[in-house]
Amino acid sequence: MMSRLGLALFALWIVVLATTPFYADNSIVRTAIMLAMYSVLAFSWNFIGGFTGYPSFSTAAFFGLGSYAGAIAQTHGVPMGFAWVIATVFVAAFAAGLGMILLRLRGHYFAIGSIGVVEVCRLVVSSWSGVTGGGNGLNVPLLMWAPDTVGAFFLWVMLGLMVIAFALTAFVDNHRLGFGLKCIRQNEDAADMVGVNTTFYKVSAYILSAFLCGTAGAVYASWIGYIDPTDSFQILLTVKVPVMALLGGAGTVLGPAVGTAAFVVMEEFVWANFLNWNRAILGIIIVVLIFFLPGGLLKISYRRMINRLKGRESAGAPV
Amino acid sequence: MDLGQVLANGIVLGALYACLAVGFSLVWGVLNVINMLHGSFIILGGYLTFFAWHLFGVHPLLMLPVVGALLFCLGYFLQAVFINKVVTAPVLTTLTLTFGLDMILYNFMTVYFSATPRQVTLDLGSIDLFGIYLPNERLLGMALALLLTGLLFVTMRSSSIGRAIVAVRMDRFAAALMGIKVNRIYAITFGIGALMAGTAGALFALVYPVTTNLTGIFLGKAFVVCVIGGLGSVPGALVGGLALGLIESISGVVFGPQHSLTVGFVVMLVLLVFRPTGLVGVKGYE
Repeated sequence: MMSRLGLALFALWIVVLATTPFYADNSIVRTAIMLAMYSVLAFSWNFIGGFTGYPSFSTAAFFGLGSYAGAIAQTHGVPMGFAWVIATVFVAAFAAGLGMILLRLRGHYFAIGSIGVVEVCRLVVSSWSGVTGGGNGLNVPLLMWAPDTVGAFFLWVMLGLMVIAFALTAFVDNHRLGFGLKCIRQNEDAADMVGVNTTFYKVSAYILSAFLCGTAGAVYASWIGYIDPTDSFQILLTVKVPVMALLGGAGTVLGPAVGTAAFVVMEEFVWANFLNWNRAILGIIIVVLIFFLPGGLLKISYRRMINRLKGRESAGAPV
Repeated sequence: MDLGQVLANGIVLGALYACLAVGFSLVWGVLNVINMLHGSFIILGGYLTFFAWHLFGVHPLLMLPVVGALLFCLGYFLQAVFINKVVTAPVLTTLTLTFGLDMILYNFMTVYFSATPRQVTLDLGSIDLFGIYLPNERLLGMALALLLTGLLFVTMRSSSIGRAIVAVRMDRFAAALMGIKVNRIYAITFGIGALMAGTAGALFALVYPVTTNLTGIFLGKAFVVCVIGGLGSVPGALVGGLALGLIESISGVVFGPQHSLTVGFVVMLVLLVFRPTGLVGVKGYE
């Protein structure tokens, strides 16, 4: 489903991001880490929101739970890498249990339920202060290396996760699972009729959409060194991530990477200059996206656009 | 605190919640759109009331119809210009669009009104009913909330616009064949949703401080009320609102006030799974 050119561009993009520590300053490296992290989240969301067509808004719950699971494990003396594994397994198990319950709902009810999960997680984490530190947040042991090394290390870890998420997407896209999920997106009842095990497929997609968010959350916690409930379970994050995937093209293999790149670059270099109007600009982007780019950046017919431009030039030129 | 006081607080709160959520429920039931703007409409209504009172000394009760009219126009405009274009698209599209519009409105409110908590203080005294202490502002807020909700109920029942809205909710194609302009009804419905939200916000500002930070919380409460009561009907919102008010005030005593919101959301999730049509909901609007 994906051209060789697309794959080459993705590889090039990874190389560009991975080498930032060698030629750019710390703030660029930081942006690159965030970009890789959002890409992981957008690729993950794409499994449930893009392939399956379920309007899931629980990304922030998975991310937040992952960051807390990792941070709590680390504060109890678990080595960093192992804490990430614990967070991943925990979030996958959480998503499996939650998916069994929540995926019985459809449409609006599923959307509301998935938003409700984020709120409940945030409220539980902020009131269970004995384990999570409550509203005061939690300090995570920092790596005692040189700042540049730490930045490069976390960048490469996040990029590793991004490559894994991409590989999973490409695999699922060509696999029976992806085919079944696309059937569910088009018509769930019909898919059920012709023998797609819809419950199993949907729960699988939900777990796929969750577990790497958990890992990314845990890695984020180790990198930042401090987490609190409002930061980890942002309702804004839960909408930002689907918007990134939609911007690139939901249900495509490269869409999440393209959308995230466009979004983060715009965020960092354009509207970082308008601090007071941050939200409004994001809102305007959403409105423009819905009306003018319903299929995302990847669905625009660039060839036709170039041809039209050329046509206009040749029409204007003297014969 | 004794039981009578807890129940009285719950009922006062519940009446306000019913008024707050009924517009959201109507929009969801008729347009099949989850209106993420609802929380901001509520706060906008509260702020308009506060600033009219604070800066120009306009009495909040006089301001109530003005707020309603302004919010109706805003809602009508947003629906007619933006949301009608994608109203038949999947949930993800409409929800994301209203969220985007909400971010714009929210940003304008934080810049021009700031996020300082504002409350209208009228000092109307209080009454003591069999040992239950009730400030008069709360009673006034409750009475007006119930009155507005009742007015909407009557409008939906007996006016031609109300009948048209119900018809569109039942079957939009059949309604169009009967000569109803569906897009216009959608815009009016959205306007009514905004009107109810704005007036509910104005009433809230009489009783509790309002701030832009509360938009998400009010939106969450609208979710919970709709799921508890069921969609698209005024009695459903009333039952859901009263239920949520009582749940919050009782769980506030049992588990502590900081957990009352959590309990509300947990009740919502449980109901979503076991009874998605709500307590008095009609089947077929899922």
